[in-house]
Amino acid sequence: MTIIEEEIGAPHGGEAHHDVEPKGVLLWLTSTDHKIIGKNYMYTSLVFFVIAGALAMLIRTQLFAPNNHFVSPQTYNELFTIHGSMMLYLFAGPFAFGGFANYILPLQIGAPDMAFPRLNALSYWLYLTGGISMLLGFLTASGAAAFGWVSYAPLSNATNSPGAGPDLWIVSIMLVGFSGIFTAVNLVTTTFYLRAPGLTMFRMPIFVWNMFVTALLILIAFPVLTAALIMLYADRHLGTHIYSVAGGGMPVLWQNLFWFFGHPEVYILALPFFGMVTEIIPVFSKKPVFGYKGLVFATLAIAGLSTGVWAHHMFTTGTVLLPFFSAMSLLIAVPTGIKIFTWIGTMWGGQVDFKSPMLFVVGFIIVFTMGGITGVLLASPPIDFATHDTYFVVAHFHQVLFGTTVFAGFGGFFYWYPKITGRMFREGLAKLQFWLIFIGFNVTFLPQYLLGLQGMPRRIAEYLPSDHFTTLNRISSVGAYITGFAFVIWMINMWISWRKPIPAPANPWDGHTLEWATDSPPSHHNFEKLPPIRSQRPVWDMNHPEAADYKASHNGKRAESIEKSETSR
Amino acid sequence: MELGIVQLDKSNAGVGTFEKSNQRRLGMGKRNLIVLALGAFSLTACNLPAFGAFRGATTQGQNEFHLWQGFILTAIVVGIVTWGALFYAVFKFRRCGDQIPKQTHSNLKWELIYTIIPVLIVIGLFAATYVTENEITNVSSHPALRVTVVAYQWGWKFEYPGGVNIVPKGANYPTLELPEGKTTTIKLVSNDVVHGFYIPEFNFSRYALPGVTNYFDFKPTRAGYFEGRCSQLCGLYHAEMLFHVRVVSSSDFNNWLTTQQQKVTA
Repeated sequence: MTIIEEEIGAPHGGEAHHDVEPKGVLLWLTSTDHKIIGKNYMYTSLVFFVIAGALAMLIRTQLFAPNNHFVSPQTYNELFTIHGSMMLYLFAGPFAFGGFANYILPLQIGAPDMAFPRLNALSYWLYLTGGISMLLGFLTASGAAAFGWVSYAPLSNATNSPGAGPDLWIVSIMLVGFSGIFTAVNLVTTTFYLRAPGLTMFRMPIFVWNMFVTALLILIAFPVLTAALIMLYADRHLGTHIYSVAGGGMPVLWQNLFWFFGHPEVYILALPFFGMVTEIIPVFSKKPVFGYKGLVFATLAIAGLSTGVWAHHMFTTGTVLLPFFSAMSLLIAVPTGIKIFTWIGTMWGGQVDFKSPMLFVVGFIIVFTMGGITGVLLASPPIDFATHDTYFVVAHFHQVLFGTTVFAGFGGFFYWYPKITGRMFREGLAKLQFWLIFIGFNVTFLPQYLLGLQGMPRRIAEYLPSDHFTTLNRISSVGAYITGFAFVIWMINMWISWRKPIPAPANPWDGHTLEWATDSPPSHHNFEKLPPIRSQRPVWDMNHPEAADYKASHNGKRAESIEKSETSR
Repeated sequence: MELGIVQLDKSNAGVGTFEKSNQRRLGMGKRNLIVLALGAFSLTACNLPAFGAFRGATTQGQNEFHLWQGFILTAIVVGIVTWGALFYAVFKFRRCGDQIPKQTHSNLKWELIYTIIPVLIVIGLFAATYVTENEITNVSSHPALRVTVVAYQWGWKFEYPGGVNIVPKGANYPTLELPEGKTTTIKLVSNDVVHGFYIPEFNFSRYALPGVTNYFDFKPTRAGYFEGRCSQLCGLYHAEMLFHVRVVSSSDFNNWLTTQQQKVTA
């Protein structure tokens, strides 16, 4: 702690030579400022999101009619592989963990930048290179990777998936993985060493806690994936037989390694967005987070349990100990449930203002609750036997992942948009976007639960008229188009905000945490001065001294002793 | 069933003691409602809706189906409580001015409630899962029939005793013939990549994994014609890797098998 105080003491405006920054494109290319890199991450990931969303529209068009030949089976397999891979590796993770964490976390802990600014820039460029590599697969003669985002061996070997497309996919995931690992190292170090004086661990905003725990999970999970990918590449090109039966290898090893990464990955994707939600609800309810410590321990419990649930993706392999993985998977619902009740508890008794960020968050809780409950169903092996690899699972994980990355993610996007750009967005258009997504999303995915229960497997390019899947698939496709249209509204909103700017004040939402204590957008080294940090909500304390946290004990009553010591000073 | 009737009787007895005091009456009214609901629920347990799922055409599938019903009912209760609390908060605590609400940081009692109750629910669900899972994955040591299923890109081969091999013929998908009311043990292997042996109406799927041999039992409860599919992505023609399942009476099955075996020797 003393080191921190000596190092940054009272935050200052930055050294002179830093103020002479290049302008325009050169700034974007060369900057090591966490805010520029954070914005690079955010905009790049949103571009990938739009591309992957467009692929989803093609998928839904193919499934609109039975025996459809809108695209060939090969193209269809490429479409859903790259849709899933982009959404998970290139959008969901980098959007939150590269974008929001990079931009917001140093601000929330009162730091001038990340601990390793150059490493941070390297992370971004690895990510961009990896993302472009994946897309380049479409330009190769054999097409892009077509073995699903999970890339099961031996479908992903050189015989079954020849060509450069799959190789580009493997290299792409490795690069993006390294980018994530470097960002994780950076965030852990930043969180430990660059917190402003007074900001103890238990005064950190939940957003910071969640990013910190996410970083730890990345350090656990991603190296395993990278190792598995290197072995896959070796099988394809160096003549090893790690995943092939012929050479004495074991194909199911890939599934174990992949899901040992893959299930923590689900929480790597979700926890950052849970963090955003936990920032937004208190601000728009004018209340502190309900059950802060319980929430922190729930997050840590999720992280711990998430390393012991991977084989619930492998219940139907017949090679795993069902009761253990079932128990662990059921159990992880408990800390997740605690989070949901904590969010409701935060709203309880508050003055809840349904501005668009809050609207998105409520939509998130509705959708995510259902996704979580169907997750509990899938954690039971017998039920998984009946629904595994069907559209039931597709509906489940879209409720969870779309719920977090889009509902919570766009809640966070609109919440911090004024801080990041210095401009306001158009509230009406944001609300319209929300309602279109909310309706479109449910129309898309609720029918898919029924399709799965009626036996429609996932990843099939076509179905027969006699399967009776047609009506539900049509409804689902229409829902997808509505959802797609919502993002046109979003782009219009961004365009108007860009061409006809309304300047944003420093603290438009009466925010609680340190990022709202500086200008919108913040100056180069973030803070000219910091408010005193005596609780979890320093900016709230500053703006509402009559209801300040540090004067209150935890049950809301005023602690007389603190009151006295404050007045006697 | 019996439990339901007993509960209903109790609730009728409750009606007799209705008019004591106002408060008592309200409490009793609520209790009666709950008891009635429970009674009605256990009375109709056999007639519960399927909630979109197949009821299962094997004993294993029916076991899964009953577990599914239990889970989905729990899910509905949990969903109603959670969504109910959320919507109550959304509508009750809408912003109505600029005053600062009471700054509640925590409430140990409620935090314990919403931790302990989910743990109890999870324990219950796990116990039910454990029992059903053992029933479904149990492999008989003396099955009436053993069939080997070989999955390959992109079709299925069903190997019966006596050298009978059922394979796709031209554009026709192969049919897996099973005797009704008898236990069949399936041995499942793959020749190339990972496939998913999936019969929706049996509420069951299992991977055909290269390098792994899987065994499981089916005991069909009714004759009929069912669809089978490949559930795990296996390459270009994954969607067309279909098969049929035909469950016939035990004697019909024996006739069929004998005919097939004669064809082999002929």
